Amino acid sequence: MQPSPAQRSPAQPSPAQRSRQGARAVPSRGAIPWPLGVPALLGALFLLLPLAGLLARAPWRGLPHILADSQILDALRLSLVCASAATATSLVLGVPLAWVLARSQARGISVLRALVTLPLVLPPVVGGVALLLAFGREGVLGRFLDEWTGITLPFTTAGVIIAETFVAMPFLVITVEGAFRASDRGYEEAAATLGASRLTVFRTVTMPLIGPSLLAGAVLSWARALGEFGATITFAGNFPGRTQTMPLAVYLALESNPDAAVALSLVLLVVSIAVLAGLRDRWLSAGTPA
Amino acid sequence: MSAHPGHAVPSGVDHDPNTLVMSGTVERGTFRLDADLTAAPGEVLGVLGPNGAGKTTLLRALSGLDALTSGSIRLGDLTLDDAGTDTFVPAERRPVAMVFQNYRLFPHLDVRDNVAYAPRVQGSSRRLARAAADTWLERFDLTDLADRRLHQISGGQAQQVALARALAADPSLLLLDEPLSALDARTRMEVRAHLRRHLEQFTGPVLIITHDPLEAMIMADRLVVIENGRIVQQGSPAQVARQPATQYVARLVGLNLYAGTLEAATRRVFLDDGGTFTVTLGDEDGQAPTAGVLSSGRVLVGLRPSAITIHTAAPTHASPRNVWRGIVGGLELLTDRVRVQVDATPPALVDISAAAVADLALRPGTGVWLSAKATETEAYPDPAGASRSLPGRVS
Repeated sequence: MQPSPAQRSPAQPSPAQRSRQGARAVPSRGAIPWPLGVPALLGALFLLLPLAGLLARAPWRGLPHILADSQILDALRLSLVCASAATATSLVLGVPLAWVLARSQARGISVLRALVTLPLVLPPVVGGVALLLAFGREGVLGRFLDEWTGITLPFTTAGVIIAETFVAMPFLVITVEGAFRASDRGYEEAAATLGASRLTVFRTVTMPLIGPSLLAGAVLSWARALGEFGATITFAGNFPGRTQTMPLAVYLALESNPDAAVALSLVLLVVSIAVLAGLRDRWLSAGTPA
Repeated sequence: MSAHPGHAVPSGVDHDPNTLVMSGTVERGTFRLDADLTAAPGEVLGVLGPNGAGKTTLLRALSGLDALTSGSIRLGDLTLDDAGTDTFVPAERRPVAMVFQNYRLFPHLDVRDNVAYAPRVQGSSRRLARAAADTWLERFDLTDLADRRLHQISGGQAQQVALARALAADPSLLLLDEPLSALDARTRMEVRAHLRRHLEQFTGPVLIITHDPLEAMIMADRLVVIENGRIVQQGSPAQVARQPATQYVARLVGLNLYAGTLEAATRRVFLDDGGTFTVTLGDEDGQAPTAGVLSSGRVLVGLRPSAITIHTAAPTHASPRNVWRGIVGGLELLTDRVRVQVDATPPALVDISAAAVADLALRPGTGVWLSAKATETEAYPDPAGASRSLPGRVS
């Protein structure tokens, strides 16, 4: 991160500081006024206490036994596979989409940008309903898919991947699109004058330069896909071993086996913390220009 | 420029295979560049002009990053751009390489892979491209830096790497956009010598943009001066320095420049800013190009600041002199002399020694007489003719 001028030269106080210091010692500039400090503390507690509760109530002793349950392992495996597949699909389709959104001069591109990021704010259940209407057996596209190939997507593992991609891809698109926008076109021009075709420029210059943002976008969408619930259960249902991912298993277990629900939640919490740590190291530091 | 002996072409073709011939316009928003120029193989063409004059626009059109609005660009037998026939060769297929102002070296590649970039994307294997890069780095004495990242090399070294990267593309035309402007003064002097040496070995035409007159004089065989999107002067560095066509060039080369109307019979020039000069006409000291051209009409008068003498009392002289009165407006210490700005009709910059300033007790507001020998006051035809007056005062 670029240090601000004030950070770079602490010996030179800002004019405001200088005029104050001229008189006498003043309270530390770091002091927090209580109208800000109290809500800040409450906010932090509100976010952290439930997680602490999760840790406090976790059935630590029975944990290995619960997690060894084949149904839970299935859900975990399915979650990881589907989230990874959804991320891969998002990369394959989302990066070119982000590039087009960032670079195209075509009319209506800003409308398209707004529309493709709609799943970010759309309730996931609505997304699931929309997917059913599109890809369901009676859906706009699903009907032909069924007629011509016999493939039906709803209530299959492929359906889970589709639902997760639908919800997660916009995260990748907006992250990568921002990076494309911010990236210096000068490097691409330089590459062109050296004889690189547009596709070569994209592959050898554009993509490497946005690498950190690409990783961040992929991690974000992977995490989003992993936690996907609403669209998945609407479009793919809840069949153990086939479409029952971790969030679905947690929700179901909460009624029959609360300990298992807590244990599963714990696993997802660990994954989330790992993602956060990964983002902090690889994205927040590497993502800022040197 | 006559045909290069090493590039003889069949009769019927009036230029060398690699001669650059551009004649056209580029319009970008409200800005319009109108350029008509040629550059022979091996010739270094200096493109001089103030910021915003259109120098970079010119290079972008030549490199294929922008298209002409009208006209054409040819490099030898190759048509790179022709608005008339809708021909446009994009940047990646032009045999044109460019060194950008801030070099634009790829930050994700080390020095070797930057130089290897062009051979690599033009189809060489990774190994061959790197071998080619190593050859260039050796030629530039940069072998030690091959594995370095860009933040590990100095500005001067980055400039060299940028030039090596451009040359590794094996271009027929080389463009340099203010190649030394990002460097500090000391490094600039050093790198300028290197650059000059490498450009001499390049066989195609070279265009080098600069707004530093010294750089242009040292690097270029010929100068093109662009102002407000138009070429206002072309010629050898000596010619441009001696007979600047515009106030901008005059200021760059440190000349007082006046526009006026010549009355040939009396050798008197009635200046637009007021005042009259008795002048020498170009033919008197054997300046062939201006001989005969100077009949009565629009002329420019160039006057070196060191050719003007300052007096605090009215001078009395036998030789034909121009004498006029003024008031000292300001003084500026140059390395070995003082430049005195005199508000007068016409205004003038005068260079005198620091001792003279003390002897004459010059300070802003002092009333003075200026004198200049007619033999130092050279008139030449104004290329812009009667349609223009020189804007702005000498400052």
